[in-house]
Amino acid sequence: MAELMLREAILQTLFAEMERDENVVVLGEDIVGGMGTEGGPEAIGGIWGTSTGLYDKFGGDRVIDTPISESAIIGAAGGLGLTGKRPVAEIMFADFLGVCMDQIWNQMAKFRYMFGGKTECPAVVRMIYGAGLNAAAQHSQAPHGILTSMPGLKVVMPSTPADAKGLLTTAIRDQDPVIFLEHKALYAEKGEVPEGEYTIPFGHARLAHAGEDVTIVAAGLMVKFATKAAQGLAEQGIGCDVIDLRTTSPLDEEAILDSVENTGRLVVVDESPPRCGLATDIVSLVTNKAYASLKAPPEMVTSPHTPVPFARELEKAYLPSPGKIADAVQRTLAWK
Amino acid sequence: MQISEDALKQAYRQMKTIRMFEERLHDEIMTGEIAGFTHLYAGQEAVAVGVCEHLDYNDTIASTHRGHGHCIAKGCDVRGMMLEIYGRADGICKGKGGSMHIADIEKGMLGANGIVGGGPPIVVGAALAAKLYGDGRLAVAFSGDGACNQGTTFEAMNLAVVTNAPAIFAFENNHYSEHTGVAYAVGSKDIASRAESFGMKAWRVDGCDFFKVYETMGEVVDHVRAGKGPAAVEFDTERFFGHFEGDPQNYRGEGEIARLREERDSIKIFREHAAKNKLVSKKDLDAIDKEVSDLIDKSVEESRAAAPPTAEDVLTDVYIDYI
Ligand SMILES: Cc1ncc(C[n+]2csc(CCOP(=O)(O)OP(=O)(O)O)c2C)c(N)n1
Ligand SMILES: [Mg+2]
Repeated sequence: MAELMLREAILQTLFAEMERDENVVVLGEDIVGGMGTEGGPEAIGGIWGTSTGLYDKFGGDRVIDTPISESAIIGAAGGLGLTGKRPVAEIMFADFLGVCMDQIWNQMAKFRYMFGGKTECPAVVRMIYGAGLNAAAQHSQAPHGILTSMPGLKVVMPSTPADAKGLLTTAIRDQDPVIFLEHKALYAEKGEVPEGEYTIPFGHARLAHAGEDVTIVAAGLMVKFATKAAQGLAEQGIGCDVIDLRTTSPLDEEAILDSVENTGRLVVVDESPPRCGLATDIVSLVTNKAYASLKAPPEMVTSPHTPVPFARELEKAYLPSPGKIADAVQRTLAWK
Repeated sequence: MQISEDALKQAYRQMKTIRMFEERLHDEIMTGEIAGFTHLYAGQEAVAVGVCEHLDYNDTIASTHRGHGHCIAKGCDVRGMMLEIYGRADGICKGKGGSMHIADIEKGMLGANGIVGGGPPIVVGAALAAKLYGDGRLAVAFSGDGACNQGTTFEAMNLAVVTNAPAIFAFENNHYSEHTGVAYAVGSKDIASRAESFGMKAWRVDGCDFFKVYETMGEVVDHVRAGKGPAAVEFDTERFFGHFEGDPQNYRGEGEIARLREERDSIKIFREHAAKNKLVSKKDLDAIDKEVSDLIDKSVEESRAAAPPTAEDVLTDVYIDYI
């Protein structure tokens, strides 16, 4: 075990997978940082520190710094995937999904199905997402709900450095297109990461905190907030299961249902707005399949139905927080 | 070239306001009081001002992530901008947008933009509206050398050509997109030639010299207002600070910034030209410096003390109404 930041776990995994399999190719804007300048390649090494050193080690044919052209980046990843390579494309901010939506939604996600199962596209699209840095409406969004709704995509949201390694390894080796969402506010998060070969299967949630009274379901950064809330509640004698989904597609229904059958109470935490999203999806799952176990109406802690605001005070009000999650837990307990 | 002394003083005032606004922000950001990502426009003042001096209130512009200069040049309230960047309730966008989303539609400023390549298609729409208004108004899309690689920019240029829309594509080539050099990212010989190949007339000009920009833009604006179709201009210009505040800038050559500040400073170039040709007195320009410096001081002081928005404000302004 080594203690690593989440961003370091990503970088080390890319290194290891590129070393293991020469078909792995990475591409994205400024991932080399310094191309065509006096400082030269690797002068910066990627704005997130998740690609530093890859170019020096693996060269420009496998570490492809691209112009600002998201449609072409994702389309190229699709084409690389269709023709036998394992591309890992980076979208610097997940919000730029808006620019390359067609290549994800209409192309990559549908190849296998439209072509009658005769082809596959093992592409990974890493997207850096989420609020918390006051980056405002076009650099802070959490688009996992939109992506999870698209048949053909697998969607991954790691919440710890160890999971980042295990899940990214699985993503790169998977035969389907995978969207890998990295929360920018988790990049400096530290944790023990297993050394050597380490994979985590998709569709298997992780129990981040255990308790008997209420089930809290979360993904990505929200797992951190939910765990914090659960720790505070534990001191007051309230026990919470915190289920870290790890992947929103496929979804580990069993882990959610088993826990709710035990606790009878559900709080879903979602960083994105409330309509047609992850929270509504899980609430509907539970009300359909574990209705008889419920002792209180499920609670959703989400962002409001608004774009992400800029000012510190506004963004703080916008985002779910440990306090808001604890309040929701208390509401489910108080319900009669 | 014809330009009155008053117009020259106004142009200098705008350029100096942009410069001081940005230099002051550079210092204030170090204190940690300003949140978010800020991209400073210092070094490129002659472009924004040289273009906008030819525009009136009916003409529109769309800007980029590096938008403060375009906003000031188009007449946005400097105090309101500063309040916005500080995330205050009285900011020009009520603290909802911040540095990357400053807009003032009444001033014809259709918005800074966090999406590279977001502006050009919007400008085609504004230009098509301008054509319908039929009073000679036009629309300008500011874009960087990086944005010229975005498909949206290509689509916008072609759409403008085939609809004969009164649009101007103003490409500010500051030689970098983030940390990548234009030599790597732009495959064609230059940006203007791309615009030409879409079927519009294009100009190339030194973007650090206000007088050259102003003169060129006179021709460009005449061309577009006369209904001869869209046009493009490639400005050779410089960015004095990092891509965003906090950028280590290791991609720059040794002594590059010192050299740029020595040889490519738009304010210096303006003053030298004005002195040599006896256009505006040094005394007048110094007085403007003082005026601008006071304005910036006051804006910062006021912004520091101003009230932030409240939690309830998150929910407003999503729709006009919503049942
Ligand atoms: C669609 C999109 N892709 C990427 C980015 C990230 N980004 C912001 S500014 C920038 C570089 C822009 O370069 P250029 O157009 O030359 O403008 P400059 O920064 O030089 O003013 C990049 C890659 C973005 N904001 N939007
Ligand atoms: Mg540039």
